[in-house]
Amino acid sequence: MDIFLQQLVNGLTLGSIYALVALGYTMVYGILELINFAHGEVVMVGALVAISTINGLLGLGWPAPLAVVAAVLLSMLVCMSLGFIIERVAYRPLRNAPRLAPLITAIGISMALQQVASLIWGRSYISFPSVVNVQSWAWGEVIVTSLQFSIVVISLLIMAGLMGLVQKTSLGRAMRATAQNPAAAQLMGVNIHRIIALTFIIGSALAAVAGVMVAAYYGVGHYTMGFMLGLKAFTAAVLGGIGNLPGAMVGGLVLGIVESLGAGYIGDITGGVLGSNYKDVFAFLVLIAVLIFHPTGLMGSRSREKV
Amino acid sequence: MTRVQKILFAMVLLTLPLVTDLALGHGWVRILDFALLYIMLALGLNIVVGYAGLLDLGYVAFFAVGAYCNALLSSPHFNLHWPLWATLPLGALVAAAFGVVLGAPTLKLRGDYLAIVTLGFGEIIRIFLNNLNRPINITNGPQGIDLIDPLRLGPLQLDQSWHFLGLEWVGVVNSYYLFLLAVVLVVIFSHRLENSRIGRAWSAIREDEIAARSMGINTRNLKLLAFAMGATLGGVSGGLFAAFQGFVSPESFTLMESVMILCMVVLGGMGHIAGVIIGAVILSILPEALRAAGPLQEQLLGHVVVDAASLRLLLFGVALILMMLLRPEGIYPASSRRRELHSTRVSS
Repeated sequence: MDIFLQQLVNGLTLGSIYALVALGYTMVYGILELINFAHGEVVMVGALVAISTINGLLGLGWPAPLAVVAAVLLSMLVCMSLGFIIERVAYRPLRNAPRLAPLITAIGISMALQQVASLIWGRSYISFPSVVNVQSWAWGEVIVTSLQFSIVVISLLIMAGLMGLVQKTSLGRAMRATAQNPAAAQLMGVNIHRIIALTFIIGSALAAVAGVMVAAYYGVGHYTMGFMLGLKAFTAAVLGGIGNLPGAMVGGLVLGIVESLGAGYIGDITGGVLGSNYKDVFAFLVLIAVLIFHPTGLMGSRSREKV
Repeated sequence: MTRVQKILFAMVLLTLPLVTDLALGHGWVRILDFALLYIMLALGLNIVVGYAGLLDLGYVAFFAVGAYCNALLSSPHFNLHWPLWATLPLGALVAAAFGVVLGAPTLKLRGDYLAIVTLGFGEIIRIFLNNLNRPINITNGPQGIDLIDPLRLGPLQLDQSWHFLGLEWVGVVNSYYLFLLAVVLVVIFSHRLENSRIGRAWSAIREDEIAARSMGINTRNLKLLAFAMGATLGGVSGGLFAAFQGFVSPESFTLMESVMILCMVVLGGMGHIAGVIIGAVILSILPEALRAAGPLQEQLLGHVVVDAASLRLLLFGVALILMMLLRPEGIYPASSRRRELHSTRVSS
């Protein structure tokens, strides 16, 4: 039972990171019906920028908490500009192109970003500076670290903020209108190009925060870290019902928990035949299962293909 | 092409390895061999992506299945030494089965979902290849399988040097002819397929699936067929690769390989055999040409800024973006596709 609770805690932590990234996918998909393949790479850039900034600022003698906050802000800024540029270069010119075209440019962007990152940060793992003073609390055998706690709390706060933005502000209303019907939104005076750009920017800011979290949680950053994370976050978005914001959050949490429990128990269930090195398979299995049995996801609405 | 041009072209293809061998050495003939294998892969993916319009990002998985089939059945690993004429069709068959297994659940999915699921499938295959060395050692894990039986067709030992017509025919040159034969067969197959009832049904599905279905096309079976046929070619190519290389490991079957094969198809001209071949040749020779970039940077800048592997992927990435923005139909597209992409589209 203790192992179960421990895996649940780990899963929740991972899941809230997935959820943040999944929000980026789902917002873009909701508006453009396009999978932003390069989103995982934005997460990676966010993580690596933050690591470098923290190291740099600590070198200048900044106090650790201030350095972390500054690094998060800077990496958000970098990622937001990156998101804006990606949308401008790779997606906007292809708004009316066949569906395959933006998907292929997205793969191109993703490859290019990875290689540029490998040129800047090298090909080896970069360790996250140990600035966060990690405390841990134990309940019986279950250990919760302050890092896990803050990851979950910050994620939940950000998600609540995003929901507020989308539901209550005029920007949010414009976003929802664009998602529902771009042409009609445009006729009502919404500048849909601006809204789409802002969607990418907001998604990238979330990705930056998620990147910092995942680097701090695992203690390392690497130029390929965005790929698997992006894939899992996408799975989370699909699981929750793509295009649906609360769905992405729920999907992220569920996926994180499934993965943690799966990795924790697969050895016991299969009698040691399969080990936790299969943990990355779970996300794909969940993805495939959802797409076969319930393609609209947990909270998605059924949409008809327009003829 | 006129008849004379055709004969000249065939002569060039037949003498190419001999000339290359004399002028540039065995290494470059080896590169030609790999280029032929890549052509086969690209043509296989072209059936899925180009004809049927299903974006497959895990195509290298079928290549891996074919390669491991051959590796397991004709190497000291299980002490089995099946001949190539048995392992190759079997590998193709197993790959086709995997194609159907992948295709069946993904049929209902639209383009971008399909891309992600196929990508995941490719990764799953790689994860399994990497980890199936415990508890029973099947794939030998990350170390891969080596000492695979070389290319042999009955008494023809293609890996050995022969003396024939006063020339020395080395292994890589002999392999070239086998691969060339395979590529020619695949080209004929693709060409016949393209203009068949099935091929026309595929392009109908690609253009508008709902319309195709309402015209009485069995979209489910035809999409499965596209997956299976693409996978078959991947499997054959993988089998040849394993025998030619003598060694397989999961490292050869990463997502980047899938993306590279996709690049060949897209950059060359989706759905157009000649275009795809040109794309495959350019992209498989390019890395070799880029090897010169390292020394060049050293001369100009004093040190290597971008190593060849990064440069290659960076260029691929940028090329994919530019190609989609500037010339989405590819370097040498089919005329119908060029027209389609340059007419003003009515967006839905």
